Amino acid sequence: MIPRHLLIGVTIMFLVALTMGFYLWRMRKRVAPLEAAAVTASSGPAQIAPPASGPTEQATLFVAYDDSGVLRQQAVRIPLPSGRQQRAQELLRSLISVYADKPSPHSIAPGSEIRQVYLVDPGLAVIDLNGAFASGHHSGILIEELSVVSMIETLSMNIPGINQVKILVDGKERDALAGHADLSGVYDVSQVNQLADLFQNP
Amino acid sequence: MRWNNRPSLAISLVSILTLAAATLLLSAPSGERRISIYSAAANYSLPVLVRNGVDYVGLLEILEPLGSVSSKLNGQRWKMRYNNIEGEFDAGSSRARLHGSYVDLPSPFLLEEDHGLIPVSSLSNLLPLFLGGPVTFHESARRVFVGDVAVHFTAQMSDAAPSTLVMNFSSPVNPKIATETGKLHMTFTHVPVVASGTPTLAFNDKTISSASFLEANGAAEITIAGKEPLFASFSNDGRTITIAAAPRTPPPQPAQVIPPAPPVASGSAAPHGPHFYFAVIDAAHGGEERGAALSDTVAEKDVTLAFARRLRQELDGRGLKSMLLRDGDTTLSLDQRANLANTAHAGIYICVHADSEGAGVRLYTALLPAGGENRGPFLDWDTAQASSMAQSESSKTGLAAVLQARQISVRSLVAPLRPLNNILIPALAIELVPPAAGVSGFGSPEYQQRIAGAIAEGLYGMRAQLETR
Repeated sequence: MIPRHLLIGVTIMFLVALTMGFYLWRMRKRVAPLEAAAVTASSGPAQIAPPASGPTEQATLFVAYDDSGVLRQQAVRIPLPSGRQQRAQELLRSLISVYADKPSPHSIAPGSEIRQVYLVDPGLAVIDLNGAFASGHHSGILIEELSVVSMIETLSMNIPGINQVKILVDGKERDALAGHADLSGVYDVSQVNQLADLFQNP
Repeated sequence: MRWNNRPSLAISLVSILTLAAATLLLSAPSGERRISIYSAAANYSLPVLVRNGVDYVGLLEILEPLGSVSSKLNGQRWKMRYNNIEGEFDAGSSRARLHGSYVDLPSPFLLEEDHGLIPVSSLSNLLPLFLGGPVTFHESARRVFVGDVAVHFTAQMSDAAPSTLVMNFSSPVNPKIATETGKLHMTFTHVPVVASGTPTLAFNDKTISSASFLEANGAAEITIAGKEPLFASFSNDGRTITIAAAPRTPPPQPAQVIPPAPPVASGSAAPHGPHFYFAVIDAAHGGEERGAALSDTVAEKDVTLAFARRLRQELDGRGLKSMLLRDGDTTLSLDQRANLANTAHAGIYICVHADSEGAGVRLYTALLPAGGENRGPFLDWDTAQASSMAQSESSKTGLAAVLQARQISVRSLVAPLRPLNNILIPALAIELVPPAAGVSGFGSPEYQQRIAGAIAEGLYGMRAQLETR
C-alpha cells in the first residue's frame, strides 16, 4: 500500500513537469521567428553590430575589398569606451565584424578574433590576433597585406599618437600572417599610411 | 666520405689547423650550451644547464617530444612516467629507480622548481631503458641519435672543369650556410648528419683545398676551405649540395662604355664587387613549405618553380646569366635565400610568387620595417634593402612599363614581404595571378612564355643600370 502523502507528492511533481514542458515548447515557438529574422538580416547589406553598449561615436574603418584589391574608408557609428586601449580594441573588433559578415568584402576565417590590443608608450600599438585568424587566412601577398594595412590604418586614423604597430598571433611573434605578409618586424605607421594611399588610389 | 685527389702534406696541415680553429670556435663558451636529440618522431634541441661544473638537462623535456610524459613531486621524491615506464628520482641522490630496477647516475639528480634534472652523461644509460631501443650518444658533441636515424654523406671532387665538390646526403638537408674569405661553413642543427669516415679530406685542387666535419654543442658543421670565394647550390630535393667557386663575370668588351659607379654613401655596404650573375631568381616557398593552395591540386611552390625556370631560360636566351636559388622541391629559409642572393653579387634579385585571385601581374618592392639602424660597416639585417630601394623602384617602374606595352595588366605595389628587405641589391617580387583559363592555366607554356618573355625583355632593357652597380 503506497502512503497517501507520497502519492500526492508524486502527482504534484508530475504536474509541475508537464507545465514546464508546455512552457518550454511555447518559448521555442516564440524564438523560432526571431532566429529566422536574424539569419535574413545577416545575409542583407553589411551591418556593424555594436560590440559594446553605450552612446555611439563616429569612427572611420579602413575596409579591404578583395575583388578590386583596394582599401575604402567607411564611416560608422559604434559605442566606444573612453580608455584608449579599449577604444583600440573595439575599433578593430568592429573592423573584424565587417569582414565576418556575409557577404564579406574581405574574407577571413571563421572564428577570427582580435584577442587584445596593447598601447605601449611611446606610440607603439601591439595587436594580438587569435590563431584562427592567421591559420585560416587566405594565403597571398596582396590579400594578407590588405588585412595588415586595414588594421593598422583603422587604429592610427582613430587613435592619435600611434607611430608603430607590432602584430602578434596568440600572444607570440610569428614570421608571417599566412606565408607572405611579414609579422616579424614592427610596422612604421607613416610608411603604412603611404601604402594605404596606394591601395585607396590604385 | 671518399675523395679522388691526392692530398699533399701542406694541404693536410692547413686542414688540421682549420679543424683545430673550428673546434675552438664551436666549443667557445660564448654561446648557449645545447644538446640535440634526433629520432624518427622529431629532431629537437634543448638548453644544457651547468650545475657544479656538470652538464644537466631536464628529463621530461628530453622525453616529451617522443611520447606521453607526466610527473609528480612528493617531498624530495620526483616520480615521473614516460608512456608505461615509471621512474623515481630523489633530489641529491645518485641512484634512481626505473621500472623497478635501480640505475646509478654519474652525478646527483637535481630538482629545480619541480623540474627534474639529470646529468647529460647519464643519457646513454637512461634513454635506452625508457625508449626500449638503441640510442647512440655522441657525448662530447652532445648529440643523441635514437634508433637508426643518422644521415650519411659522401663528398667527391668532380674531375671536370670548373672544380666542384659534390656532396650527396642520404636524406634532404637544410644547413645554415655562412661564408668568409676562402671558407664556406654549413651548420646542421636539426639534421642528424654524421661522418662515415675520416673527418677531414684534403683535395689536390687549385680551387677547393679541403673539407672537414666537426660536431660540437649539439650541431654538426662541414667546413669547405678554398682559395677562392665558394658558393653552395642545392639540388635533388635537398639531398645534393654542390660547392664551386663563385663565378665571375667576363671582363667588359673594349667597345662597351661603362659609366662610373655612383658614389657610395657612408655606411653603405652594398656589394660593389664583380657581378657573378645578372639576376638571382627565387622561386618562393618549396619543400615542406607549400605556399598558397591555389587549387585542390596546385600548390604555389610548384607554380613559382616552373615560372622561375622559364624566366631563367628567357634571360639566358638574351645572354643574361641568371641563377635559381632552388631548382627543385627544396626547403630554403628566408634567411638562407637572402644570404645566397647577397653573396651571388648579382645585378637584381627577383622573387616569384603566385596567387589564385586577380588579374595580370603584381610587382612589389620592399616595405621596410621600422627601427633599422646601421652600425658602422654593419648593415641592419631587416633594412638591408634601404641602400638599393631607389634602384628597386626604378626597376619596378621599368618592368611595369614593358608589361603594359605588351597588354599585360600590371599593378605596382609595396609589400612587407621577406626576404625583399634583407636583400642588398635591387629586389623585386613578382606575383602571378591566373590567366583567363584559371589556376590550371599557370602551367600553360604560352602563359609562362608571355609573362616571362616580357619580364626578361624589361630586364634586358635595364641591364646597363643593373650591371654597373
